[in-house]
Amino acid sequence: AAGMFLRALSEIQWRAAHPKWRRMTSSQRATSTTAEPPPVSLPAQAQVVICGGGIMGTSVAYHLSKMGWKDIVLLEQGRLAAGTTRFCAGIVSTARPVSIELKMAHYSNKLYQQLEQETGVQTGYMKTGSISLAQTQDRLISLKRIASSLNVMGIPCEIISPKQVLQLHPLINIHDLVGAMYVPEDALVSSANVSLALATAASRNGVQIHERTSVSHVTVQKGRVTGVETDRGRIQCEYFVNCAGQWAYELGHSGEEPVHIPLHACEHFYLLTHPLKEPLSSSLPTVVDPDGRIYIRNWQGGILSGGFEKNPKPLFTEGRNQLEIQNLQEDWDHFGPLLSALLRRMPGLEALQIMQLVNCPESFTPDMRCIMGESPTARGYFVLAGMNSAGISYGGGAGKYLAEWMINGYPSENVWPLDLKRFGTLQSSRTFLRHRVMEVMPLMCDLKVPRWDFQTGRQLRTSPLYDRLDAQGARWMEKHGFERVKYFVPPGKDLLDLDHSKTFYKPDWFDIVGAEVKCCKEAVCVIDMSSFTKFEISSTGDQALESLQYLFSNDLDVPVGHVVHTGMLNEKGGYENDCSIARLSKRSFFMISPTDQQVHCWAWLKNRLPDDSNLIMEDVTWKYTALNLIGPRAVDVLSELSYAPMTAEHFPSLFCKEMSVGYANGIRVMSITHTGEPGFVLYIPIEYALHVYNEVMNMGQKYGIRNAGYYALRSLRIEKFFAFWGQDLDAFTTPMECGREFQVKLEKGTEFLGQEALLEQKQNGVYKRFTMFILEDHDTDMDLWPWWGEPIFRNGRYVGKTTSSAYSYTLERHVCLGFVHHFDEKTGEELVVTTDFINQGEYEIDIAGQRFQAKAKLYPFSSLFTQRRRKDEVELSGYQRE
Amino acid sequence: FYLTPPQVNSILKANEYSFKVPEFDGKNISSILGFDSNQLPANAPIEDRRSAATCLQTRGMLLGVFDGHAGCACAQAVSERLFYYIAVSLLPHETLLEIENAVESGRALLPILQWHKHPNDYFSKEASKLYFNSLRTYWQELIDLNSGETTDVREALINAFKRLDNDISLEAQVGDPNSFLNYLVLRVAFSGATACVAHVDGVDLHIANTGDSRAMLGVQEEDGSWSAVNLSYDHNAQNKHEVERVKMEHPKSEERSVVKQDRLLGLLMPFRAFGDVKFKWSIELQKRVIESGPDQLNDNEYTKFIPPNYHTPPYLTAEPEVIHHKLRPQDKFLVLATDGLWETMHRQDVARIVGEYLTGVHHQQPIAVGGYKVTLGQMHGLLTERRARISSVFEDQNAATHLIRHAVGNNEFGTVDHERLSKMLSLPEELARMYRDDITIIVVQFNSHVIGAYQNEE
Repeated sequence: AAGMFLRALSEIQWRAAHPKWRRMTSSQRATSTTAEPPPVSLPAQAQVVICGGGIMGTSVAYHLSKMGWKDIVLLEQGRLAAGTTRFCAGIVSTARPVSIELKMAHYSNKLYQQLEQETGVQTGYMKTGSISLAQTQDRLISLKRIASSLNVMGIPCEIISPKQVLQLHPLINIHDLVGAMYVPEDALVSSANVSLALATAASRNGVQIHERTSVSHVTVQKGRVTGVETDRGRIQCEYFVNCAGQWAYELGHSGEEPVHIPLHACEHFYLLTHPLKEPLSSSLPTVVDPDGRIYIRNWQGGILSGGFEKNPKPLFTEGRNQLEIQNLQEDWDHFGPLLSALLRRMPGLEALQIMQLVNCPESFTPDMRCIMGESPTARGYFVLAGMNSAGISYGGGAGKYLAEWMINGYPSENVWPLDLKRFGTLQSSRTFLRHRVMEVMPLMCDLKVPRWDFQTGRQLRTSPLYDRLDAQGARWMEKHGFERVKYFVPPGKDLLDLDHSKTFYKPDWFDIVGAEVKCCKEAVCVIDMSSFTKFEISSTGDQALESLQYLFSNDLDVPVGHVVHTGMLNEKGGYENDCSIARLSKRSFFMISPTDQQVHCWAWLKNRLPDDSNLIMEDVTWKYTALNLIGPRAVDVLSELSYAPMTAEHFPSLFCKEMSVGYANGIRVMSITHTGEPGFVLYIPIEYALHVYNEVMNMGQKYGIRNAGYYALRSLRIEKFFAFWGQDLDAFTTPMECGREFQVKLEKGTEFLGQEALLEQKQNGVYKRFTMFILEDHDTDMDLWPWWGEPIFRNGRYVGKTTSSAYSYTLERHVCLGFVHHFDEKTGEELVVTTDFINQGEYEIDIAGQRFQAKAKLYPFSSLFTQRRRKDEVELSGYQRE
Repeated sequence: FYLTPPQVNSILKANEYSFKVPEFDGKNISSILGFDSNQLPANAPIEDRRSAATCLQTRGMLLGVFDGHAGCACAQAVSERLFYYIAVSLLPHETLLEIENAVESGRALLPILQWHKHPNDYFSKEASKLYFNSLRTYWQELIDLNSGETTDVREALINAFKRLDNDISLEAQVGDPNSFLNYLVLRVAFSGATACVAHVDGVDLHIANTGDSRAMLGVQEEDGSWSAVNLSYDHNAQNKHEVERVKMEHPKSEERSVVKQDRLLGLLMPFRAFGDVKFKWSIELQKRVIESGPDQLNDNEYTKFIPPNYHTPPYLTAEPEVIHHKLRPQDKFLVLATDGLWETMHRQDVARIVGEYLTGVHHQQPIAVGGYKVTLGQMHGLLTERRARISSVFEDQNAATHLIRHAVGNNEFGTVDHERLSKMLSLPEELARMYRDDITIIVVQFNSHVIGAYQNEE
């Protein structure tokens, strides 16, 4: 019966399209496995070797060959499209909360639509549309937010009433619905056939495809891919692409130099039925009922329905490999709750006869986003995997971006949220992955509210002060495995439990954070910022300075003891990183970057610093605890503790000095705060951390010192219009576009990366501009809060999206930061954005379909800078990403 | 009045104990995964005992249940002592010598057993010296007898049982200068206990049984269903061979009196037991010991009472019947339990309830649609029913507790009825014994992978 089904689902209709690539039809396979023609021998070398013949591997091959690379070999250990791809439910859905994922899905949909015509392979493409149902008001809000971002991308989408749902799909029980979202252009495909179509096209473009060939490991020499060892011999290559799906983790670990690809498989169940008495129309929309945790599509006159249960079953933790995923055991008891949800949604299906319960493993990642990009340790080693059960939706777009990345050095969109380098070795523990994916899979259907923190895999990296802060009521969030304080719950005050605290409105910690902000403004607060990435770069001669002058846009040839805020830009002038660099001595520099830059920044610098044994770069993140003293009284606390004058005359802004605090000597004190408030950051060798913290808290008592968390920091930095890398800034944003020209020294005497692009922008103007918006008619208590990703409208026309937002306790208003573009009214072409264009407009921010008036500003409120010193010393940077 | 479910649970769980065999780097070399045990008293104090220990000088693990009668003294003594006798019987000559030399020279002894005890399972401190001396005499004799042959587990078990019973009898005859101990050894000898002991070493499972407790193997059939295999025979009137044996051992003239009303001499239910010297000693010996014994003994009507038709003692033996079983991968667990369980439940039900508990219901009976015509509605109904059925499973973290819950609370449909459970557990002490007996259960779970690997080696 299983064999029957396999054929039925994939409906593979194969024609031998290319002589280099021979395969049998599936019916032959079912009856005989011996009559196979001898395999074509492998080439000795190729430019690119792709491992994995699923939707990802074939899509990468398709796009690479289409963009002109021809010398490509695709290896599949079993049969093409025989893994997860074969079992995929085949739903192409563009309703994705993350904008880059939405773009990938949109592109995939357009690609699949014309694929049959292009290749002659039937893909089963059917534009059915999809309906996402909301059983609660909160769910409807989240759908409205998605609808807003679909609409501004030109993807048809509407929020509909339960009655309209019934008109679109007669089987749906609408009694418990409050609304729904309809995306008419969503589609169904046969995923295996899409993959085969892509393979066919790639093959015609010269890609060699070899089935039944498994990669044992990838060889790397001097940090570059040199070849691939297979069970049928070795292939030399420049590029390797790991599209091994749920085996990508293992394949990554098989080489001498492991490539960490954090993903883990979970069992995934869906049900197939026989046709209804009156067979369902193949154009009936797909139904997604996230509150019931299920999806339902029409399938051969019956239905296909699966879901994401609360208690997933992770598998292959111990790393078993197998060729084609055979049908794993059906588990009806496990599927029970989903079946209940299905019959609740479509009670009319009671009498429908079951055909099969399919168990097909899917791979999930630690943050629910897929993994693409180049390994930080092995150049030329690319990865595309971990699709979190949306492989068919992302397949086309993800393959395109990766192909662009390989050919051009970077994709045409900002894919940092998907970049492999957002992870390090720390997310690669099997136990961590097993626990985390058990949380991630149910999250597929859970309500995605602002400020969500993962609950599993926590307390991995902690500051030495963790227990001390925890005992004082700290509530924690996690960044790159590091525990950071959100805020401190005062004694005697209770917050809502996790489930009840989920909201799109004013959160329960509002007043708590308000009090911390107030203390930062009026007295002094301590924030533990140890998670930041810290590198030391030094050399015997001038190599360090020379290299850094080339890699960073600001002038680093400053007197010893000065701190410089600077971007680490790419050729296009975009921010690869935003950091603060202190010159410790003539020949050594201390560099502070956002927490999640640990892997990316390291790889970026490693690949670009000269290969010189006298030039040393060290990751010292773990060596220092960082305490940020924010507020007007920070200066008093520190001078009392150090017996040294700390006033602006003796310790100006952007200054760095090693000094003693309490008994501890050698504390690196910097006059920066990342928020624009006056204060200092203390970099403390970890063994002194507790001592210095105790001293600071004791001494600070008379100045009203208290602990504060990142939410206070965030509110402070956003009201001061500080952009944070990873949130507001990315590789596609230049300093010119975010008002940071003053952090670039175009004429510093030496050439630097991105200089040309910046010079051109200076001359010709910018095409987007980082802008601050103050919401005018927004009721903080009653209205939905902005988050990020809200569309910005200027004079009623869409001009861009917000990138971050916070409530400003000083302005008593919400502040959103975002980029404004200037699209030509007729052609849609992007035009230069001028200051006048920004200033002469009426702005609105769209929060889940509701528009709020906003005032645009290109410069922060000067009244907020009460402690302002010299104008050029005003610190205009901050860069942690929330 | 009724007990609330939490009250019921706290009663049922008061004596539960679990032991997991530690894994070493994922390579669990023991064929035992662990065991759950529990007991529910009906007598006050409870007369059942249980023991579990790992042999440290030889391989294997020992587990046993002991059902006392006429008091708990004998069961207590056997539960403390029997495993030492077995372990010593299994020791090779060199180890015995080493131990004896250590004792002789006052050095620290090699540990022989590692006990796995519930906090309520106690050892008598006062008697430990006495017990130790008897044990030492036993191993000294073993050293002298050194046959040079490797020890056979069956023989070791039989020797250990017989030797311990003999020592119990001797200690009572010799007495002790300490009056407390003197009274203790007499109480041990005049009360009785049955014993059902399992020795597990790799795939070799030996059951040594004396009396009417029972060992049962839970076997999972290929279709996932559960069946029970008996690994012991009850030594009571229901066992024809036992009745025959007893009759054979006595003159024809006693044929009618030796088993009367399904009891030994019309008095004793189990046909084999430890202690119970009233069924072992001659009348003269009994009288002499009682007369010279402490007053408490003299005042006790039971001890003074001589069984009727008592002509050719001994009528009772502690010699066990030993059954050897080679474990197979389908042998998933072993249940050792006193007759309190077997009186209320059929072994087939025990196998099913424990099996379903240990595996969770899905594995044991996966639903497969296969070629059948099943509708979504039918499947939904079926699943709802199954969920209701297993909900009681999740209340217990201990297979023995789960079994007791069923034994006491099962209604005529074979499901746990809270009302009934509550009633049975709230019976006043003096009534409890009328409705149920002490129940003691050990459930040993086997590691099928290890057993499979053993099999492949052979």
